[in-house]
Amino acid sequence: MKILGLLVAVLTGCMLLYCAGDFPDWADPNSPASLHVSPHYIEKTMEETAVPNMVTAVLADYRGFDTMFETGVIFTAGVTVIILLRRFRRKDEADVQGDSDSRKGPPDDIIIQTICRFMAPFMQLFALYVLCFGHHSPGGGFQGGVIFGASFILLGVAYDLKTILRRIGARVSALLANTGLLVYSGIGALCILLGANFLDYSILSLILPATGDIMARSHGILGVEIGVFLGVSASMISIYLDLSSHGQLDEGL
Amino acid sequence: MSSAQFPILLVAVPLLSAFILNIAGWFNKKYCLPVVIVALVGSVYASFGTLFTVLEQGTIRYRLGAWLPPMGIEYVVDHLNGLVLCIVSSVGLITAIYSKRSVEQELPERIPQFYTLYILLVTGLLGITVTGDAFNLYVLLEIAALTAYALLAVGEDRAVLSSFHYVIMGTIGACFYLLGVGFLYIKTGSLNMIDLHGLLPGLFGSNVIVVGFAMIMIGVWVKMAFFPLHGWLPNAYTYAPSATSCLVAPLMTKVSVYVMIRIMFSVFSPEFTFEVLACRHIIVWLAVAAIIAGSLLALAQTDFKKMLTYVVVAEVGYMAGGVWLANTAAITGAILHILNDALMTLCLFMTVGIIVYKTRGHQFENLKGLYRTMPFTMTAFTVGVLSMMGVPPTCGFFSKWYLILGAIRAEHWVFMGALLFSSLVNAVLFFRIIEIGYFEPFTDHHAHGDDHQPEPIDEGPLSMVVPLWIVAAALVIVGMYTSGIVTKVIQFAVPEAIV
Amino acid sequence: MEFIVAKYNYWIVIVLLMIGLYAMIAKNNLIKKLIGMCIFQTAVILFYVSTAAKSGGATIPIIEHGHGHEAAAHAAHEAAHHAAHAVHAIDYVNPLPHVLMLTAIVVAVSTTGVALALIMSIYKRYGTVEEDEILEQIK
Repeated sequence: MKILGLLVAVLTGCMLLYCAGDFPDWADPNSPASLHVSPHYIEKTMEETAVPNMVTAVLADYRGFDTMFETGVIFTAGVTVIILLRRFRRKDEADVQGDSDSRKGPPDDIIIQTICRFMAPFMQLFALYVLCFGHHSPGGGFQGGVIFGASFILLGVAYDLKTILRRIGARVSALLANTGLLVYSGIGALCILLGANFLDYSILSLILPATGDIMARSHGILGVEIGVFLGVSASMISIYLDLSSHGQLDEGL
Repeated sequence: MSSAQFPILLVAVPLLSAFILNIAGWFNKKYCLPVVIVALVGSVYASFGTLFTVLEQGTIRYRLGAWLPPMGIEYVVDHLNGLVLCIVSSVGLITAIYSKRSVEQELPERIPQFYTLYILLVTGLLGITVTGDAFNLYVLLEIAALTAYALLAVGEDRAVLSSFHYVIMGTIGACFYLLGVGFLYIKTGSLNMIDLHGLLPGLFGSNVIVVGFAMIMIGVWVKMAFFPLHGWLPNAYTYAPSATSCLVAPLMTKVSVYVMIRIMFSVFSPEFTFEVLACRHIIVWLAVAAIIAGSLLALAQTDFKKMLTYVVVAEVGYMAGGVWLANTAAITGAILHILNDALMTLCLFMTVGIIVYKTRGHQFENLKGLYRTMPFTMTAFTVGVLSMMGVPPTCGFFSKWYLILGAIRAEHWVFMGALLFSSLVNAVLFFRIIEIGYFEPFTDHHAHGDDHQPEPIDEGPLSMVVPLWIVAAALVIVGMYTSGIVTKVIQFAVPEAIV
Repeated sequence: MEFIVAKYNYWIVIVLLMIGLYAMIAKNNLIKKLIGMCIFQTAVILFYVSTAAKSGGATIPIIEHGHGHEAAAHAAHEAAHHAAHAVHAIDYVNPLPHVLMLTAIVVAVSTTGVALALIMSIYKRYGTVEEDEILEQIK
């Protein structure tokens, strides 16, 4: 196998080196990629979507359809981990001791627990800030969602899994993930019901009061980012719950 | 909601229903399958509607978010996609109806998650088929792949390791595809397929474009299980749950063949693929190797399901060789074979699923005496076998006919020989099955009855046998309507530049 | 020499790709294969992102004076612009590869998550993550 691996790697490297002469130079402002479609994105984002952050505008509006499926990919990962690992137990069955090695973990440390307990609400506030300011500074639904999920995972690492489960149970996190995705695809379906194409946010100006077509796009972008936020944070928590306890949902790492 | 929205509805309806059914499934498992069936019925309706619109009006272009391409993503439906869309949604619907008993037996606690992943897989495959944007295709390829990894891993004992090998190979394929698209992007600046088609002819001399094409092709060949990149397929499909193999075996490789055709003809033009590159003979030889290796390896198996997976590898060789032979008859045969092979593979794997449901195994010993205890199932199986061998009037005969015509036209006698050899091997394989099923006495694994008593008829459940019969009937009906399908649909799917 | 320096981002990407590909195919331990997969995907992401750069002082793809009342204050300081809101493509890096790679990173993370769940199931079933030992047990 090692020879096969070496052969494949060397062949791929040779193939790439063969064409390396033809690549545009690094950071060349006149490369074809910088001249064809992206000047439109840079120059027209403010007038077409009223969102200064071009990356968010392209992500959630021009190529919003890709982003919907990307959120679907994270959701799929969450469902996959559940279907592979989760041990579904009925409520009346006694809690069986895990058959793998004991997961006692390190003893409780009061310094770590106190600091994490203080940090968690600030992390969540920061996550909401990153979500809402995705229009004006680097940020958006994905980044905010991961930080929000990480705040719960931090509590789980500092205390134990039951701490997360008391605050956001396994079923609730799955339902929240679904809700987030339904918000995103629901906004798209709403645009069809109002008469325009899928994910054409400008038609939302019909139901949002006192906005023009362009501001409706900005609000539509915020709406889908909220959907992404819910989907990503809930999926992250759900994946952690299953991976750390091997589906038993009793003791975490 | 006019018919202009059909191209998006056939993807959006299953997608929304995936989340609705997951929520419903957390409360009561019985709600899942009805939602799946309703969503797939909607998708079938929308895909046939789209195909009929294309037949009347020509190529449809649908803009997502109402942005002009290449700024935004668009859906492009022409005769080739329209046909493949109908195949994917119909197979998805029939397998969903079929899957009820099988999933209840094999995965009783995980039904909501199974059906969520099932319908997301169908959504991913439909999305791959209908999109007109190269990067959107990558995202949907990954959705289809991730759901397939999970669905394949919840089967028997060895399924998890086989699925892990599929993860490694599949990721190599997807990343090669992504790298190839990246090469095209840095030389043209565009991701839209029609836009690339306009920009690439000026760049055909560039090494980057040639290597980009090669990387995309390698990525697609991994997904297609084209010899010698087929190593993941037999193990992954054999140990999977029955409902999963009935869904992935007919569809995933065929949709990857569609992607190959789309990249070869609609993004890069036929003159680039066949003349500028000048390597098509090598690839036809690889296809010959695929057919012969697949057939010989199938002969060596004692596991019925694994034998069928090697037959799938051989069938991929038919389609790939047909496309790279570069004449109208061969490409018509390859596209017709996408339709026919999907139906044939579905028929055979459905039979295996019913056998597994009743006898809990898929080795050759489980087949003994089944012609007497499960006559309806095995009759439908025989129709599928006749189609694999290429016996008229089943559809398998017509696609083989076109492929052989194409091989004669291109004077590639070895390919023609491989096709005939493969039909012969299929005959040997399946006559062996029929012999075991018909002549051997039935071994009842549960009772200790007397050998002299007549074996009771112990058919599979109706919800599994009726879809099987529908597919078997479709094999004959599609065969009889072949000329209609070729003149109305496939004729326009072959690019005009091909002789 | 100029040639090597002018395209140095590609050499790095090619080396990483080769390392990742070798690890995925040749290593025996499933976790090492997974790490090889991560390296491979990261190399592809770096490739795309490195093509987005623009020399000559181009800044991040966020329009500075996009806020309402601050636009007037900024306009007084912008000597190069005639109109207060003119945006020139040369001043900002290419946003499209960044967008595409946000998607690719998410896909890579999800694939890693699924692969880890599979490895956990394999470990629970076979007790090892070395591939040759697992194949021994299967026989």
